[in-house]
Amino acid sequence: MSTTTLSHDEAHHHDAPKGWRRWLFSTNHKDIGTLYLLFALTMLFLGGASAMLIRMELFMPGIQLVDPDLYNNLVTNHALIMIFGAVMPAAAGLANWMIPMMIGAPDMALPRMNNLSFWILPAAATMLILSFVVPFFPGGGTQINTGWTLYPPLSVQVGMSMDFLIFAIHLLGISSVLASINIIVTLLNMRAPGMALMKMPMFCWTWLVTAFLLILVVPVLAGGVTMLLFDRHFGTSFFDAAGGGDPVLFQHLFWFFGHPEVYILLLPSIGVLSHVIPAFSRKPLFGYNSMVGSMLAVATIGMVVWAHHQYTIGMSMGAVTYFMIGTIIISIPVGLMIFNFIATMWRGSMTFETPMLFAIAIVLMFTFGGLSGVMLAVVPADMQYHDSMFVVAHFHYVLMPGAVFGLFAGVFYWLPKWTGHMYDERLGKIFFWTNVIGFNITFFPQHFLGLAGMPRRIIDYNVMFTEFNVISSVGAIIFGLSHLLLLYIVIKTIRGGKKAESRSWEGAKGLEWELDSPPAFHTWTVAPQVK
Amino acid sequence: MSAEAHSGDYYIPNPSPWPIIGMVSLLVTLMGAALAMNGVGFGTYLVIGGLLLFAYLLYGWFRDVIGENLSDCYNKQVDTSFRMGMFWFIASEVFFFLSFFGALYYIRVIALPWLGGEGYLGPTNEFLYGGAFVPDWPSAGPAELGGGFTPMGPWGIPAINTLLLLSSGATITWAHWGLKVDNQKQLVWGLVATIILGLLFVGFQAYEYIHAYSALNLTLGTGAYGSTFYMLTGFHGFHVTMGAIMLMAILGRAMKSHFSAHNHFAFEAVAWYWHFVDVVWLGLFVFVYWL
Ligand code: HEM
Ligand SMILES: [Cu+2]
Repeated sequence: MSTTTLSHDEAHHHDAPKGWRRWLFSTNHKDIGTLYLLFALTMLFLGGASAMLIRMELFMPGIQLVDPDLYNNLVTNHALIMIFGAVMPAAAGLANWMIPMMIGAPDMALPRMNNLSFWILPAAATMLILSFVVPFFPGGGTQINTGWTLYPPLSVQVGMSMDFLIFAIHLLGISSVLASINIIVTLLNMRAPGMALMKMPMFCWTWLVTAFLLILVVPVLAGGVTMLLFDRHFGTSFFDAAGGGDPVLFQHLFWFFGHPEVYILLLPSIGVLSHVIPAFSRKPLFGYNSMVGSMLAVATIGMVVWAHHQYTIGMSMGAVTYFMIGTIIISIPVGLMIFNFIATMWRGSMTFETPMLFAIAIVLMFTFGGLSGVMLAVVPADMQYHDSMFVVAHFHYVLMPGAVFGLFAGVFYWLPKWTGHMYDERLGKIFFWTNVIGFNITFFPQHFLGLAGMPRRIIDYNVMFTEFNVISSVGAIIFGLSHLLLLYIVIKTIRGGKKAESRSWEGAKGLEWELDSPPAFHTWTVAPQVK
Repeated sequence: MSAEAHSGDYYIPNPSPWPIIGMVSLLVTLMGAALAMNGVGFGTYLVIGGLLLFAYLLYGWFRDVIGENLSDCYNKQVDTSFRMGMFWFIASEVFFFLSFFGALYYIRVIALPWLGGEGYLGPTNEFLYGGAFVPDWPSAGPAELGGGFTPMGPWGIPAINTLLLLSSGATITWAHWGLKVDNQKQLVWGLVATIILGLLFVGFQAYEYIHAYSALNLTLGTGAYGSTFYMLTGFHGFHVTMGAIMLMAILGRAMKSHFSAHNHFAFEAVAWYWHFVDVVWLGLFVFVYWL
C-alpha cells in the first residue's frame, strides 16, 4: 500500500471550507449536526405525509383513497421513516452539535467516520423510498404490507420491495452503530480535564446509555433481517416450521431490538429535558445521581423484557409472567425520572418559553402514555388490547411527547446557540399550542377506538367507529399542518432575528453557553478546565 | 502550522471525500444486490461496480490514515480514540453473531420441542404429523426439507480447523511480542505464519462445504440444521477472510517498518479482531459441530 505524507499546512483548517465541499466532505461536528437535523426535518415531512394519507383514508369507513396493500405499506413506511429517519437522526444531530461543546472537546473523536455515519442515511432513505416505489413498476411485486415489524411468513412472501427494505435496514444499522461508536468514544475519551463522568451534563449521559444500547441491539436486528433475506432467497428455514424453524423466532429477534429501541428514542429527549427544565426553573436538576441510576436501570432491565410485545403468541405461562413482571418493574425507574423533573420545577422561579412548554407537556403526556403502557403490560388485559388502536394510542403518547417533543424542546432551546438569533417566541408558542392540541385530538380518541375493539393496521372499519375516527382525522389535519409553522420558524430564525447572547437563556448552565452564539467553526481547540 | 506546535492537540482531519464515496459504494452494491436477487440482470454489474468502489474506498481512506500517522498527526489521545472505537466495533460484531447463536438456541431448545408436541402443544404433532415427528437434533424439520442428509461431525476437518485457528492466535501473539521489543523479523514471520494458518483454515472450510454439498447432501436448504450450520460457519468464514486480508495489509506495513514498539495501533486492532474471530470459532465448534 502506498502512502502519502500530508504537508503540514494542509493538516489544519481554521475557517469553514467553502461551497458544496463543506457539506459533502465535512469533518466538522457542527456542520454534520446541521446535516443530521435537516435530514431529520425532511424525513419528518415525508413520514408526516404518509401519516396524513393514513388518517385521510380512515376518515370514513370503507375504502376511499388507497388500496389495502398500499395502505399497509404507508403504515410500514410511516413508522420506519419516523423512527429511523426523523427521531434517531434528529437526536444524533443534537448529539453532534452539543456533545463536543458540552464536554469541552474540539470535535467528535472520529470526525471522518462521523461524516460517514451521516451520509449513509440518505442512501438508506433512498432504498426505503425505492421499496415503496418499486411495486408501481411492472414486475415490481407486491407492496410491503407487513407493518414496520416485518413479521414472517408475510414478509417472506412480499415481492422484491422487501429486499430493498432489508438492505435499507442494514444501512440504517451501520449508520447507527458507527454514530454510536463515535459518541461513546467522544464521551469517554474527549472530556475536558476535570470533567468526571459524574459531572457530565445529563444530555451526555443519556446519549452514552443510548449509544450503548444501540451497539448491543442494532446488530441483532441486522442479523434478524439477514435471516429473513436468506429465508426469502436462499432456501433457509429459520422462520419456516416445515424445516424446523419458527416464525416466532423472528419476533424475538425483532423485539430484542425493538423494545430497547423505544428507550433509544426516549433517552436523548430525557437528556434535553434535564437541561431545559432546570434552565427555566432556575434551579439545578433535582437528583442527578438518581437520574443516572434510573437511566442505567431502564437500559439494563429494558434489554430483557422484549416479549411483552408477543403475549398473544402462545408462550409458556412462566415466560409470560416473567416478561410481565419485568415490564412493570421498568415503570419504577421511568417514574423516578419524571418525579425528578417535577421536583426540579418545585418552587423554582419558572418561566414558560417554548422549550419549557414542551417540557411540561412531556411530563404530563408522557406519564399518561406510560400509564397506558402499564395497562398493556398486564397479560390478561393485553389479550384484549393487543393489535388494537389502543396500542397505537399508547405508543404515540409515549413517542410524540417522549421523543419528538423532547427534540422540539431541544431545537427551540439551542436554536439561538446554533444560529445566533432568537426565534420568534410568539410563533413558538402558537406552534406549541396547535401542535399539542392537534396531537391530543388525534390520538386521545384512539384509546376509545382500541378499547371498543378497532384493530390496528386495517384499512376499513366497522361504521360504529366512525365518530372517533372523524375526530382523530380532524385532529391529524391540525397536528400535521402545525409542523409547517415549525418549518417557518426555523427558516426565519436561521435568516435573522434578535441577536442571541452567548448565554441565550438566563438560567442556562454549562460549557456550551460560554461559547459565542453562533459558535466559531472550531470551538474548544484548547480544552477548558472544569472545576 | 507545524506539527511540533500542534503535537499536543487533537487531530481533526481535513474535509475528506471518502465518506461520500463510501455512501455511494454501499448504495450501489446493495441496490444491485436487491435487483440481482430478484432476477434483474444488471443488478450483478451494480454489485461488482459497488464492491470495486468500496475496495478503492478502503484503500484510499486507510492510505490517508496511514499518511497522517506517519507524519505524526496523532497524539496519545487520538490513539486512545482509535482503540476504543475498535473495541466497540468488535462489541457490535459480537452481538451480530449472538443473533445467530440465539437463533440456534431458540430452534433447538424451544421451537423443535414445540413442533414435537411438548407440553400443551401435544396435539400439534399429533394432528399435523400423525405424531410421527421426532424433534431430535440435527433436524431438517417435520417436512424434512432438503431430503435426507448426514450432519457434519466435529472430529474431522472442524477439529483440524480449531487447531489451525488456535495456533494462529498463538503466532500473532508471538508477532506482537516481537513488535514490543522492536524485533522486526519476529514480527514479519509471526504475521506470515498467522496468514498462512488463516488461509489454510479458509481452504479447509471451503473443502468442507464442497464435501457437505456433494457427499452429505447438507445444503442451505437442509431445514433448520442446514440454515444455522451455513449461516454461522459462513459468516464466521467471511470474517476470517476479512481478517486475513487485514493481516496482509498489516504485513505489508510491517515490512515497510511502519510500526514501532510504541506506535502500532493498527497491528493491535487487527490482532484483537483476529482473537475475536478465534473465540467465535470456539463457540461454533462447541455449539454447531459438537453438541
Ligand atoms: C412505563 C413504561 C412502558 C410500558 C409498561 C410499556 C408497555 C408496552 C406494551 C406491553 C406494549 C405491547 C402492546 C401490544 O402490542 O399489545 C407496548 C407497545 C409499544 N410501546 Fe410501550 N411501554 C412503555 C413505555 C414506552 C415508551 C417509553 C415507548 C417509546 C418511547 C414505548 C413505545 C412503544 C411502541 C412503539 C409500542 C408498539 C410497537 C408496535 O407494536 O408496533 N413504550 N408498550
Ligand atoms: Cu416494549
